[in-house]
Amino acid sequence: MQFLQLVISGIAQGCIYGLIALGFVLIYKATETVSFAQGELMMLGAFCGLAAMSMLGFPFWLAVLSAIAAMAVFGVVLERLVIRPILGQPAFSIVMLTIGIGYVARGLVTMIPGIGTETHALEVPYRNVTWNLGSLVLSAEQMVVIAVTAVLCAALFAMFRYSKLGIAMQASSQNQLAAYYMGIPVKRLNGLVWGLAAAVAAVAGLLLAPITFVYANMGFIGLKAFPAAVVGGFGSLPGAIVGGLIIGIVESLSGFYLPEGFKDIAAYIVVLIMLMVRPNGLFGEKLRKKV
Amino acid sequence: MRFIFKTSYEQDIRLAKHGGHVFWYAVLVLFLLAAPWLLPEYWLAQLTFVLIYGIVGLGLMLLAGYTGQFSIGHAAFLGVGAYAQGVLTNLGVPFPLAMACAALLAAVVGVVVGLPALRVKGIYLGIATLAFGFIVEEGFARWESVTGGNSGMSLRSPAIFDWRITSGEGFYFICLVTAVLSTLAILNLLRSSTGRAFVAIRDSEISAQSMGVNLARYKTLSFALSAALAGLGGALYAHKLQFISPDQFGILQSIDLLLLVVIGGLGSVHGAFLGAIFLIAMPQVISMVKDYLPDSIGQAPGLQAVVYGAVLIGFVLFEPLGLYGRWLKIRTWFQLFPFYRKGMFKRQKSFQKSDRLK
Repeated sequence: MQFLQLVISGIAQGCIYGLIALGFVLIYKATETVSFAQGELMMLGAFCGLAAMSMLGFPFWLAVLSAIAAMAVFGVVLERLVIRPILGQPAFSIVMLTIGIGYVARGLVTMIPGIGTETHALEVPYRNVTWNLGSLVLSAEQMVVIAVTAVLCAALFAMFRYSKLGIAMQASSQNQLAAYYMGIPVKRLNGLVWGLAAAVAAVAGLLLAPITFVYANMGFIGLKAFPAAVVGGFGSLPGAIVGGLIIGIVESLSGFYLPEGFKDIAAYIVVLIMLMVRPNGLFGEKLRKKV
Repeated sequence: MRFIFKTSYEQDIRLAKHGGHVFWYAVLVLFLLAAPWLLPEYWLAQLTFVLIYGIVGLGLMLLAGYTGQFSIGHAAFLGVGAYAQGVLTNLGVPFPLAMACAALLAAVVGVVVGLPALRVKGIYLGIATLAFGFIVEEGFARWESVTGGNSGMSLRSPAIFDWRITSGEGFYFICLVTAVLSTLAILNLLRSSTGRAFVAIRDSEISAQSMGVNLARYKTLSFALSAALAGLGGALYAHKLQFISPDQFGILQSIDLLLLVVIGGLGSVHGAFLGAIFLIAMPQVISMVKDYLPDSIGQAPGLQAVVYGAVLIGFVLFEPLGLYGRWLKIRTWFQLFPFYRKGMFKRQKSFQKSDRLK
């Protein structure tokens, strides 16, 4: 029973990692750049939800929707203003750029007087609700995380499979030049991908908020989502979620069965082993470079 | 007007290209030698930090700027050096020997990291080093019998048997000598065939390989040398602070080091020291400007992060060559006056060089 309990809490945590990793993978697939600011986008999303509820007095659902919409717009604007000008430069420039964006976002939130340095609880309607299933205790917060992740994945899958936009995104991620020749506005699409990634990050932030509170440094959890993305294979969307689940479960189990200290580094040990055994990840395609 | 007419290869690889170099670097060395008598104690301590970060920056510059391998966990090597130095000096080992051991140990760790890193490249390498950095940091915190765990570890001042260096000036000279020697070593390395191989790997692995460069060997070598310099810097860093704890060698320190090389200018030895000056001077500048800002901005805790981030974004967007690139442009403007053209340093924009070619 205890094992199952640990697995469930691991899955809930893994869903958060998976959602953040999904953001990395979306951006990586579309633009071949890696965003180190994904954790900070998540943090901003959570703060948006908090602001909408406590300052504007929105009801919960409206606050969630407006936070997601606001972050989507923010993502598009961010891409237009700072990412697009340096596309085509070495990949590392963009990594440094997104680290800079992360610094600025974290710093600016910390600077808000009275709010930035505090931790806040997001008043969700399902707070502190638990269900007992036999000897298993299921908290509503964790179940909501799992359910929302499943729904979001289904929605993303449907979008990439059936909508015009999703198919265009797939095409452009496979071959930008060819997609451009087929009449797909690749640059605009890149902007939309950033918007989508920011929106997914906002969802992750709002889901995480009732579990860990909202504070300026919550974005550091993004650093654990990298291992998730790598374990799943950096270019694969289902891989990101599966990778996240693996990392979450391993972390939760090692926190209980292994000596103290292993919980924090379990994710990194898994990713190092993965990189040594299968550098392309579980679902990554095997690629070779041709001259 | 200066015309440099090269007639032999020796002339081409000479460190000082012309009289101007000799003169200005001599002035710099004289200033650095006289600094303990010219500068007040506080500024001398800052200068010492610049030298220490310069040494670490040199290591990362060799790896990131010249070999094109990015490490997001470089603070781990710094930590290995620092802890090795701490343990050895507290055992009474003379400090030059301890420093050599610290550098050597860091180099060995560098090889261990470098070997799996050979299989992965680009962002995967970044994440591998990131993961390694976290594991090492946790190791420092948990290996309490040696490192003192989270409560940290105090160091004695550097000593050779009974001769103990306690003054700031004495330690400054240790740092100065180490920094000068490692700079000369790196400069010498870069003009040798090994250095050329590093640059070839950075510019194109495929062409380097087809020219007969052994990728595995040179990448590992680069990792080892870079880690050794970081370990050397770490040893000095530990002595300077006299107290080390695991959180000094975390991800934020690694990112600071990356900031150092990017803002200094990737691919230039000057950049390592310019970046170090930036990294040390920036908090001073911020605290000076703070008093003139309204309290809601000046006293806010996140100000430093915002300024760092904004400067980093600014450099990546507008000056990808860093501080050294800016200096090159200014110098060229004066040298060529009035013939400087706007596009002289323009980098060719390459279109989405995909890693996913099949």
